[in-house]
Amino acid sequence: MSEVHQPVSEDAAARIIHTAAAVGAPLVLRGGGTRSLARNDEGHEILSSARLSGIVSYNPAEMTMTAKSGTPLADILAALAEKRQMLAFEPLDLRPVLGTTGNPTIGGVFATNASGPRRFVAGAARDSLLGVRFVNGSGDIIKAGGRVMKNVTGLDLAKVLAGSRGSLAFVTEVTFRLLPVPETAATIVISGLNDAEATAAMATALSMSVEVSGAAHLPETVRGRFLGGDLPAAATVLRIEGLSASVAVRAETLRAAMASFGAVSMLDADATDRLWREIRDVHPYADGTLRPLWRVSVAPTVGHQLVAALRLETGVDAFYDWQGGLIWLRMEAEAEAGLLRHFIKALGGGHATLVRAAPGILATTLVLEPQPDAVAALEARIKAKFDPKGIFSAGVTG
Amino acid sequence: MPDKIAFLPPKKSVLDRRDIIVSDLADLLPKGCLVSEPRGLVPFETDAFIAYRNVPLAVALPETTAQVAAVLKYCSGYGIPVVPRGAGTSLSGGAIPQADAVVIGLSKLSRILDVDYANRTATVQAGVTNLNISEAVSADGYFYAPDPSSQLACTIGGNIGMNSGGAHCLKYGVTTNNLLGVKMVLFDGTIIDLGSKALDAPGLDLLGLVCGSEGQLGIVTEATVRLIAKPEGARPVLFGFQSSEAAGACVAEIIGSGIIPVAIEFMDRPAIEICEAFAHAGYPMDVEALLIVEVEGSEAEMDAMLAGIIAIARRHGVSTIKESQSATEAALIWKGRKSAFGATGRIADYICMDGTVPLSQLPYVLKKTGEIVARLGLRVANVFHAGDGNMHPLILYNINDPEDAARAEEAGNEILKLCVDAGGCLTGEHGVGIEKRDLMLHQFAPVDLDQQMAVRAAFDPQWIMNPSKVFPLEGRPAA
Ligand SMILES: Cc1cc2nc3c(=O)[nH]c(=O)nc-3n(C[C@H](O)[C@H](O)[C@H](O)COP(=O)(O)OP(=O)(O)OC[C@H]3O[C@@H](n4cnc5c(N)ncnc54)[C@H](O)[C@@H]3O)c2cc1C
Repeated sequence: MSEVHQPVSEDAAARIIHTAAAVGAPLVLRGGGTRSLARNDEGHEILSSARLSGIVSYNPAEMTMTAKSGTPLADILAALAEKRQMLAFEPLDLRPVLGTTGNPTIGGVFATNASGPRRFVAGAARDSLLGVRFVNGSGDIIKAGGRVMKNVTGLDLAKVLAGSRGSLAFVTEVTFRLLPVPETAATIVISGLNDAEATAAMATALSMSVEVSGAAHLPETVRGRFLGGDLPAAATVLRIEGLSASVAVRAETLRAAMASFGAVSMLDADATDRLWREIRDVHPYADGTLRPLWRVSVAPTVGHQLVAALRLETGVDAFYDWQGGLIWLRMEAEAEAGLLRHFIKALGGGHATLVRAAPGILATTLVLEPQPDAVAALEARIKAKFDPKGIFSAGVTG
Repeated sequence: MPDKIAFLPPKKSVLDRRDIIVSDLADLLPKGCLVSEPRGLVPFETDAFIAYRNVPLAVALPETTAQVAAVLKYCSGYGIPVVPRGAGTSLSGGAIPQADAVVIGLSKLSRILDVDYANRTATVQAGVTNLNISEAVSADGYFYAPDPSSQLACTIGGNIGMNSGGAHCLKYGVTTNNLLGVKMVLFDGTIIDLGSKALDAPGLDLLGLVCGSEGQLGIVTEATVRLIAKPEGARPVLFGFQSSEAAGACVAEIIGSGIIPVAIEFMDRPAIEICEAFAHAGYPMDVEALLIVEVEGSEAEMDAMLAGIIAIARRHGVSTIKESQSATEAALIWKGRKSAFGATGRIADYICMDGTVPLSQLPYVLKKTGEIVARLGLRVANVFHAGDGNMHPLILYNINDPEDAARAEEAGNEILKLCVDAGGCLTGEHGVGIEKRDLMLHQFAPVDLDQQMAVRAAFDPQWIMNPSKVFPLEGRPAA
C-alpha cells in the first residue's frame, strides 16, 4: 500500500511537497480517486486533497464560487441547486463507465477539464475557471487569476492548470463562474437518420438563430440504452434551453426546419434532463466491461467519416456529442490506437484519449495523444517551470 | 510628459550593430517589407497609449509565416528584442517599441484563409481586422463575437495578444473563449500549431496561455476562431438613472436575478454628453447615468427578457426607458457607445483605466473613483462594460502640462489599486503593457509573479519578446 498524505491546510500540503522535492520523491496527486488510470502510481506516495474540503465563498448575485479543491462535486452541486445556479460546462461523471467508486472533487473536475454537452455554447471547464491557488513542485504557494469574469492581468496560469491532470501543481482552491439554471428545456428528436444525415441535420440546426445548447447523434446501436429504451429509432437530438416562452417559440422553429431531415418529435423538460445526463455520462458504455473506450475530439463534420473509416477495419461502436465533434468510441477488442490516430490525422486533425481499457492494453497504449516534437518540447519546458524536480509525473496518464 | 515608466535600457551591442542588422533583415524580407528610415519609423513609435514613445531600430513587415520565422530566428541569434505589433491600438502601451527593438508588424498578413460554416469556424491571418471577420460572414448570417470598440482597426493578432473583449462579451465571452487554434512562431523561429477546428486540443492548454500574453510568448500568424449564428433580432434599450450608484446597483441585480442580456454598458453624465455630442444617438440628457442593455432573440423572447429587466430597473428608480424603434436607431445607440473613446479624445487628452471589480462593488468603486479624481483636480468620464464589472474611467487631462499628466497618472494608479482592493483586478481587457506593469505587485505576491515569469521563460528563455512589458523590471530572473 502506498502512503496517502491528506493535508488539512495549504501550508501542510506545501510542507509535504517541499520535503518530497528535497529528496526527489514522486508524489501522485489525487482528488476523489475516481479515475482508474493512474497505472504508474504503484508504490508512490499519494498527496490527496480529500481533507482540503469546503466551499470558501459563494456569492449567488455575482455568480461566482470559491471552493477548496477537495470539495466533493456533489456538495457544490447541492449548494448551487438551492439557488438555481449551475456549472455551465456540465461536468461529466465517468464512474459508471470506469466502474470506479469514490467522490469526484471540484479540483479533479478542473484538473481533467471535464466538459459536457453544452461545450460549444458555454465552453469547457477551463472557460469557467476564474482563479486558482496551488502549490508548485518546489512547495511554493501561488495564486493565479482572480474572482472576476474579465481579467487579463498577467499570464493566464489558471488555464494551463485546467486539464493538466495533476502534472504541474497541487491545486488547493478554485474560483469559478456560474450560470443560472435555465427556466426550462426541451429536446427535438429527429428519428431514423444515419450518421452522415445526422451530421448534416446538426450543422443546419446550429446555423439557425435558435441557440441549440446540445447536439448529439445516438445511432441505432446505442439508442436502446437511452431513456430506458424509449427512443424509437436512431435519434438525432437537439436541446433548447431558456425562458419558457422563448423555448416554445424556438422549438417550433427548429421542429419545422428539421422536418425535411426526418420524423420529428419532442421531449419535455424532465426527459430532456435525463437524456442529456445520459449522453454526458456516456451511458451506453457503462456496460460493466473493460472494452477500450476512446474519447475523440475532431471537427464536427468529420466525426462520422472517422467512424465510417474505422468500421471498415475493425469492430467499433460509437455515438456523437458536440454536433458530431466529440465521439465516444468503443472498440470490440484491441484499442487500435495507431489506426485511430492515423485516421484522425488523415481527416484534418484532432485527438484521442483512451478513457478505459483492460490493464494489459492500458499498459501498452499511449493513452494521451502524442504531441508534435516542438510542442512536446515546449510542454516539457513548461512542466519543468512548475515542477523542476519532476515529482508530479508519476501518476499522470489519462 | 516625463518618461516616468521606464523601458529596459537599450542593449549597446544591438544599437552598435544597427546598420548590419538592417542590412541582414533586408536580405530576409521581400522588397518593401522593411522600414528603417527615420521618417518611416515615426508611425511605429507608440500605440494608443500615446503618452510614451520610442523610435524602434527597424520595422519588419513580413508577408508570410516563414518570413516571421526567419526574422525571429535572426533576432534571437543576436539577442535583439522584438516587439510584435498588430494595428497599434493598445491602450496600455503593449505595442510601444524600444530603441533596440525590431518591430514585427503583421499588417501584411491580412487574408482570410478559410470560412467553414458547417463547423462554424474561420481561419484568418493575424493581421486581419476584428471587424473584417464579422463582415466577411455577415451576409451568410454569422458573426465573430468579441467586439472591441476598436474593431474597425484592431487585428485578431492584437486581440489574441490582449485577450480582448467588447460589449457583447457578457453573453459570448472574450477572445480566449472564442479561439480554437493558432499558428505561431516561437522566439527562435520554430513554427507550431496549437488547436484545430476541434473544440478541444490535446495536452496542456497552451492556447489559453498564449491568449492574453501580450506578445511575450511568440508571434501569432494565423488564428482559427469560432463563428456564431446571428440572433434573429437584437434590441438595445436605454435606461436612465438619477445617480451612478443606482445604475450600478441595477446592473448587479439584473445579473444576480439570472437574466443575462447580451450587453450591459454604462455611461455617466460626462460620457453621455461627450458621446451624444459626437453621435447624436438620442441618449437622454437629463440623467446622471445611462445603461444600454441589449437583448436578443425573437420578438417574443426579447419582450420576455425586457419585462424582467424593466421590473428590476423600476426598483432602482429608473427615470427614462427608451427602446430603439428601428435598426437605424439601434445602430446609432451603438455608434455613440463605440465612439466613446474617440469622441473623448476630441475634447481632451485622456487615459483609460480598465480595472474589473465584483459587481456588488460597482457603486462603491464608482463613488470612490469620483472622489479620487476630484481630489486631484481632474475630470473623469465613465463608460464601460458594466455587466461583467469591467470599468473604464477615462481620466481627462492635458498632455502638454506635465503636472496635469503626472496627476492623471497618479489618479489612474489609485483607481486601479482601488479595483484590486475591492476584490477585482488591474485590467479586464486592455492588458498590462507598460502602463500597469509597476502595479503588478499590488495584485500579485512576488512568488506569484515568479511563477508567471518562469512560464514566460519556458517560451522565451532569452527574454527578447516584448521584454519591457507586463512584469516589473526589478525582480526578474536573470535571462
Ligand atoms: C478607441 C479604442 C477603443 C478600444 N476598445 C476596446 C474594447 O472595447 N475592448 C478591448 O478589449 N480593447 C479595446 N481597445 C484596446 C485595443 O484595441 C485592443 O487591445 C486590441 O486588441 C489591440 O489590437 P491591435 O491589433 O491594435 O494590437 P496592438 O496594439 O498592435 O498590440 C497589442 C498587443 O498584442 C501584441 N501583438 C499584436 N499582434 C500580435 C501577434 N500577431 N502575435 C503576438 N502578439 C501580438 C503586441 O505586442 C501588444 O502587446 C480599444 C482601443 C482603442 C484605441
